[in-house]
Amino acid sequence: MPDPTTFAYFGLPGYQALWLLTLLSFAVFGGRVLQHVRILARARPDPRWDHLGQRSLRVVTEVLFQRRLLDEPLIGIAHLLIFWSFVLFAATFFWGLLRGLIPTLPISYPDDVGSIALAMELFAVLGLAALGIAAVRRYVFTPVALERSRDATTILILIAVVLVSFLALSGFRVLTHPSEQAWRPVGGLLSNGLLAAGATREVGPKWYLGMWWLHMATVLGFLAYLPFSKHLHLLASPFAVFFSSLDARRLPQHSEGAARLPEFTWRELFSGLACAECGRCDRACPSFQSGLALDPKELIRKVKEAVIASERSAVADGYALLGEVSSDQVWACTTCAACMERCPVFNEHVPLLVEMRRALVLNGECPSRLQQVLLSLERYGNSFGQAPRARPKWCSSLNGWLKDARREPVDYLWFTGDYASYDPRVQPATRALARIFQRAGLNVGLLHEAEHNAGNDVRRVGEEGLFELLVEKNLAAFHSARFKRVLTADPHSYHALKHEYPPLNGSATVLHHTEVIDGLLQSGQLAVHHELLRRVTYHDPCYLGRYNGVYAAPRDVLHRIGAELVEMPRNRRNAYCCGAGGGRIWMEDTPVHKERPAEARVREAAQLPGVEMIVVSCPKDLVMFQDALKTTGLEHHLTVCEIAELVEGAVTP
Amino acid sequence: MSGNIWVVAALCRGRLLDATYEAVALGRELAENLGTKLEVLLLGHELKDVLGTLGIADAVLCVEHAALADPVPEVHAHVVARLAGTRHPQAILVPQTNVTWELGSLVAGELGVPYVNSCTELRMVEQTLEAHTVLYGGKVEAIVRTKHAPSIFGLVSGVRAVEKGYADHAPATERITEVDVQPTSVQLRRYLEPEAGDIDISKEEVLVGVGRGIETRDNLEVSKELADVLGGAICGSRPVIDQGWLPLSRQVGKSGATVKPKLYIAAGISGAPEHVEGMKGSGLIIAINSDPQAPIFQVAHYGIVAKLLDVLPALTEAIRSRSRRGMKQYA
Amino acid sequence: MKIVVLLKMVPDVVEELEIAPDGKSLDTTYLRMILNDSDNHALEEALLLKERHGGKVCLLAPDAPEVDDALFAALAKGADRAVKIAGIDAAEGTRAVVARIVQALSTADLLPADLILTGAQAIDDLDGLVAPLLAQTLRWSHLSVVNQVRFDASTGVTTVTKEFPGGLRAEFEIKLPAVLGIQSAEKPPRYVPVAKVRAAMKSLQIDSTTVPIAAGMPALEIQSMAKPSAAGHAEMLEGLPEAVAGKLCDVLAAHGLL
Ligand SMILES: Cc1cc2nc3c(=O)[nH]c(=O)nc-3n(C[C@H](O)[C@H](O)[C@H](O)COP(=O)(O)OP(=O)(O)OC[C@H]3O[C@@H](n4cnc5c(N)ncnc54)[C@H](O)[C@@H]3O)c2cc1C
Ligand code: SF4
Ligand code: SF4
Repeated sequence: MPDPTTFAYFGLPGYQALWLLTLLSFAVFGGRVLQHVRILARARPDPRWDHLGQRSLRVVTEVLFQRRLLDEPLIGIAHLLIFWSFVLFAATFFWGLLRGLIPTLPISYPDDVGSIALAMELFAVLGLAALGIAAVRRYVFTPVALERSRDATTILILIAVVLVSFLALSGFRVLTHPSEQAWRPVGGLLSNGLLAAGATREVGPKWYLGMWWLHMATVLGFLAYLPFSKHLHLLASPFAVFFSSLDARRLPQHSEGAARLPEFTWRELFSGLACAECGRCDRACPSFQSGLALDPKELIRKVKEAVIASERSAVADGYALLGEVSSDQVWACTTCAACMERCPVFNEHVPLLVEMRRALVLNGECPSRLQQVLLSLERYGNSFGQAPRARPKWCSSLNGWLKDARREPVDYLWFTGDYASYDPRVQPATRALARIFQRAGLNVGLLHEAEHNAGNDVRRVGEEGLFELLVEKNLAAFHSARFKRVLTADPHSYHALKHEYPPLNGSATVLHHTEVIDGLLQSGQLAVHHELLRRVTYHDPCYLGRYNGVYAAPRDVLHRIGAELVEMPRNRRNAYCCGAGGGRIWMEDTPVHKERPAEARVREAAQLPGVEMIVVSCPKDLVMFQDALKTTGLEHHLTVCEIAELVEGAVTP
Repeated sequence: MSGNIWVVAALCRGRLLDATYEAVALGRELAENLGTKLEVLLLGHELKDVLGTLGIADAVLCVEHAALADPVPEVHAHVVARLAGTRHPQAILVPQTNVTWELGSLVAGELGVPYVNSCTELRMVEQTLEAHTVLYGGKVEAIVRTKHAPSIFGLVSGVRAVEKGYADHAPATERITEVDVQPTSVQLRRYLEPEAGDIDISKEEVLVGVGRGIETRDNLEVSKELADVLGGAICGSRPVIDQGWLPLSRQVGKSGATVKPKLYIAAGISGAPEHVEGMKGSGLIIAINSDPQAPIFQVAHYGIVAKLLDVLPALTEAIRSRSRRGMKQYA
Repeated sequence: MKIVVLLKMVPDVVEELEIAPDGKSLDTTYLRMILNDSDNHALEEALLLKERHGGKVCLLAPDAPEVDDALFAALAKGADRAVKIAGIDAAEGTRAVVARIVQALSTADLLPADLILTGAQAIDDLDGLVAPLLAQTLRWSHLSVVNQVRFDASTGVTTVTKEFPGGLRAEFEIKLPAVLGIQSAEKPPRYVPVAKVRAAMKSLQIDSTTVPIAAGMPALEIQSMAKPSAAGHAEMLEGLPEAVAGKLCDVLAAHGLL
């Protein structure tokens, strides 16, 4: 075959033409990337060089094998194929480029090696098929939050041209040298087709050269276009994944929040460049799905636009991201982390939003209802605006069976949480739990009025100072008590106590009541007298499930008391938030355009054949779903039950 | 012989406010108690129209002067204080409306005599006037006594039924036009009418709140009739608003308005914390619910366990027939 | 514009109030004090005026439990100076307190000022309202139950809006200096994050001033105090609908609602 780069075109040697194209492409690409890097360099530092092994492993599973993408299987596999063809063609491209730029190099072109040519043909075909699937999905069965943008179309076409030009090249090679057919089955087919259509073997070399240049030029064009496109994620995602948070629950340390670009961390800004605009976050987001202002994909896109705009503007540092992202959007998040759980490039929407909330709060800007709640949390230590002394009222009918852990030592310190203590709709469940403990002979005590809200949601609405105040007050209360373990029925308190407080009482473990009950049933301290024998479904609370991975304990409990558990389509890490978290339950809940998250969730449960009950293990869920059953008119089909109430029924002789 | 009892009338743009009649009713009792006369002090300009309903009093002292046309507190207070200085009333009762808010304190300050705020009850005990007042947002009732004459008493709204202080005739009237007007640096510029649109439930004095116990949209009519006879408006819990039976502006609670009417009737409302948050500050709360365990009964002052379709119409009817018996053309 | 805001701590009614054994006062065992609500609105209105027209906002408050917290929060919101009047006894009558405030205004160098704002009422006002009495003593202009204060810098005219029954509002022109009793600010009082309050506690200070008791101003003497009955649960009315309706009518009439 003629060597494409030693051949002269209109007097210009091929390799010189290639140099020209390459330099042009690299300059455009490099200039753009440098701009991005400069902005990132000015952002708040957030070093993430720890746990290199774990980080590398994550790149293997999440980039090379794209674990997260595979939970939407069809497009997941298609994307994996496109990705692998991309890897192969990128490698062969650079090989070919090197050879082309320095024709004296004593190596061949990659596809001169038979096996490589075969692999390239194979992945070109697979890649094209996958592109077909992606195109049909995007243009025919467009899923929610996926756009038919010009950018996406351009990219699909460019990739197709790269693959098709290679296959065509292969065809012309076989046309010229039929002996190459052995390694080029597709080329063989094409060459036969060409012959049948009347082509002669003589045209082979010329067309081969044409295709070679088309292939190389398209890739170089692609490279130059890449940093201007959403497909920057091709390059950015390995870095995004490598530098992702190893503990997505983590909120940035106490900061003054962020509103302007340099106040965000570099990884927060990088999320905009890494985003693939796949819309998976939107499809999981309860705020977006219920028609509230927040759209997590759009949020990340705003970050990207801010980065790009600040590159252009003279006032780069003053560029206010908060403002482009409205405060309505910032307040709409339930911090359920469903978006983060699904994002293939491990973007961190919640920390980003919490940073913006911090900036708003520090400015005194927060929704008026929330403001009232914050004031009462500061003054009374609870979100209900009630007297601290009223906190233990729920147990006044229990004849003082529960101890005061400040007076006598206990095994379990029961941190009740606001809703379980003060809300009349939840109190019956709280009492049921107390009676279970009594039956099991557990040595349990309370902090009574010294307990304050644990502050989980206070942190998440961005009132970091108030969170610290609550922590101080609770720590003082913990210090005055003697206990071995801490238990709570409230996943929000659970999360805060477990991860955001300094170690309690040295190293007391923090347990969720489902974990305690599970243990009691397992050890026989609690015996089941009446099997439940009902079909129920179970809702995973965000702060127990996604945030803490406690999926098994509640399911075990249900199993042990004889309930037949039917899972909702969205369960465990894909569970759909009830809408209460992140302080949303403290804000106004005005009518939404579509349906409230809790309403969508009870409808989901109502679809399950034969299921009459949603079991919950979070006080806020109880409140939210009871309300949703009323507003959806499903209360005659479904009931909501806190797991402790079911257990009490089962263990009472 | 003790001095007379005075009531300072509360006038807003030439109309007597209900609180005046309430004060007149209480003043009447006190005057009987003391064996003296009840006089209403009417301050303003061109006051003819309002005299005809003050017949419960023994006399009206009608102080007319151009400078009294507008409700400038310091000007009015000075006139009252001067008159009191020459006529020696035993007690001056001032209804605590927004129009007359500053009066009691100012008059007492000028005369150097005692003032008692937020009185709900006044009577003569052992030769001294005993006042019941409410403190701490109604959480505590206190009893104070004063021997001083005159003493000034601010009255909370609703001390007596309006109808008891209302008559369809005028009492003897004494016109006073020679008054000592104090120069002032406060000038009324204009009145601003409330904005049009749906009513603002947070400003209503009587609200009938309906919850899911109302069951159908048509049943709203029943609660509306009740609200009408009480001169109030209807509002609802969130599910009722969600259904579109009432506009969002009528929603009470966390996601709606916070209301503090004098009377809140909660009909078929369970009393979820999100709702209670918006109405617990109401003066008098009456709950009607078919479930004796409904939490609303923990915040209500009076409760009725019944179906609301039975109670609401009966209540409307009872109120109608009473007002027919009471004042006929009270407008 | 120089504005003085008078702040007062009152018993917090979220905590269950108890009557002391003497039957005449509040039991202080669990008593907590909180900034009077309409004083908080007065503060907000003052801060809004400062934001619009510049100037200084100074706070003056009788000493009371938890008053420091309230003053630091107000400083964190943007007030410039805080002074508390030491040694005031809660049982002093309003007039005596007003006399002390008048003295404190000069001992603490708070005069001259353009405006003194305070709440239109406090939940423990028994024998007088502060705003009118203070205006009377200082011979300043005065209005209470105010819900808007506007200052036109070009004409120097101050207008004040007062709310009347039925949603009607009256707009007054008022000459400065004036004492205004604020019912509610134009906007709900702002939120001040805890971090800012704590920073204020570290870096700012509260001045204190002492003034002698004003003689010859006896307070009203409370004979007795009681909690109204029927707290905690509704009084249930029973009977057939007509009978219940009758009883309800009595209740409404007794509350002056018919
Ligand atoms: C974040 C959030 C915000 C919210 N914001 C608000 C808010 O702003 N305002 C609000 O109101 N709610 C709000 N809610 C909803 C609230 O939790 C309750 O669901 C709602 O207040 C219940 O309304 P209800 O009392 O009308 O209905 P229910 O709770 O269903 O009560 C109906 C009551 O009517 C009684 N009843 C039934 N039939 C009759 C009859 N024939 N006669 C007499 N009584 C009868 C029943 O015994 C029952 O007590 C909010 C909820 C959440 C989670
Ligand atoms: S945390 Fe939940 S609510 Fe917030 S953006 Fe993500 S998915 Fe949406
Ligand atoms: S943020 Fe993540 S999940 Fe959302 S669109 Fe971008 S890449 Fe997809």
